[in-house]
Amino acid sequence: MAFQLEQVKYKDILKIDKFQIPEAKITCIIGESGSGKTTLLRLLNNLISPDEGSIFYKGRNIEDIDPIQLRREVVMLPQNPTVFSGSVKDNLLIGLEFAEKDEVRNDVLSEILRLAQLDKPLSTIASTLSGGEKQRLALARIMLLEPEVILLDEPTSALDEGTEERVIESVVEFAKGKTRTLIMVVHSKSIAQRFADVAVTIQGGGVVAEEGL
Amino acid sequence: MMMGVVDIGFFNLLAGYALILVVLVMLRQRNIKKETELLIAVVRMTIQLVLVGYILDYILGSQRMWMTLAAVAIMEVFAVQNIYQRVKIDMTPRFRSIVACSMAFGTIITMIFFFFVLLSVKPWYSPRYVIPLSGMLIGNSMTGITLGAERLLRGFHDKKELIEGALMLGATPERASREIINESFTAAILPTINSMVGMGIVFLPGMMSGQILSGVPAVTAIKYQMAIMFAILASVAFTVFILVVWGSKTFFNDRAQLVLYG
Repeated sequence: MAFQLEQVKYKDILKIDKFQIPEAKITCIIGESGSGKTTLLRLLNNLISPDEGSIFYKGRNIEDIDPIQLRREVVMLPQNPTVFSGSVKDNLLIGLEFAEKDEVRNDVLSEILRLAQLDKPLSTIASTLSGGEKQRLALARIMLLEPEVILLDEPTSALDEGTEERVIESVVEFAKGKTRTLIMVVHSKSIAQRFADVAVTIQGGGVVAEEGL
Repeated sequence: MMMGVVDIGFFNLLAGYALILVVLVMLRQRNIKKETELLIAVVRMTIQLVLVGYILDYILGSQRMWMTLAAVAIMEVFAVQNIYQRVKIDMTPRFRSIVACSMAFGTIITMIFFFFVLLSVKPWYSPRYVIPLSGMLIGNSMTGITLGAERLLRGFHDKKELIEGALMLGATPERASREIINESFTAAILPTINSMVGMGIVFLPGMMSGQILSGVPAVTAIKYQMAIMFAILASVAFTVFILVVWGSKTFFNDRAQLVLYG
């Protein structure tokens, strides 16, 4: 198992008795807005800690793991993508810098942009990109890091349906090809049914349904 | 050659208050409701300066080390209080104590270097030098810290998403807040750097003007002015640097999570 949650409670937002997320699988999380999906991802990334209960990552309580090292293995993409100043290239490289990894060549960067379905030159100023393009840039930045676990919070909310499918297909293939764990919050059930190994429904801060697909 | 300065007679000074009366009439004419504030400011200034004048005369006459040190300590305390009042964003108790510590450390380090190495006055606690020059260092550092603290606090609130975005990718808190720290530091020291540029051309600095008024040769006065400017820049830079580096740590807990208050 990648994650195990036991008696986890966070404010009035989330209350989960027992919940597991399998390793090297695609887990999709669905639920209405305000149901606690983002909070769950933030807990897994240890950006917040539970008020009660424990979260285990690969069998270890995440409160016992160095938070920086954990976040370099379990990387999260927020719903509003973070775009830093500078070019598209700067934005890709800053992820490597944050994670203290070596720089890579331009052709590797271009290949990652292609995988994230972002057809823009590396020199483009990142702040001039549209909302959907920023989302794909932030996604490319995470794929470049090749983390063990990828947490995506509605990665395609600003994309049209056609692009959305292509982006998700690409990231799912990427995770499967590298046997990584992919956990993503998606807004439509059809996406979950099409791509997920496990679909989890969250409602009112609790897990109400879990199905293997 | 030193020349004595012309003293201002009591009645001459009273004539100075006539200028205030003119301003009061102007305010009344324009119906600008600031008369009370102006009057309070004039009265406060008069009382404060008269008191300080007598106290300074006493300290300068006594040449006692503990009196000089006490005067510097009082200036530090007032400066810190002033920062607490001027920063309009809520500060946590930990942040407040960092403000006080950075103010003390930064200014004292600079004072030691300034009085022992740069000026090497004897005795080192000579109140004639230490009190006015320390006052300048403390006053400028106070303005620097106020600017730096406001910028830092605002930066953490306004750029919360960028900082968390960096943390999510595995950045250390130091790396995630680097831009905000650098921006705050720059904003705080920029006014000092800018004031150096105009000095001597756009305006004559207060200390230099004062020395020239009291008969010190202009060349000596500019040497003092340069020395104090180096020290002011260093003092502002040290205090603000300690503040932004330590202060930024108060926004993270031991799990490297962003903690915002208020």
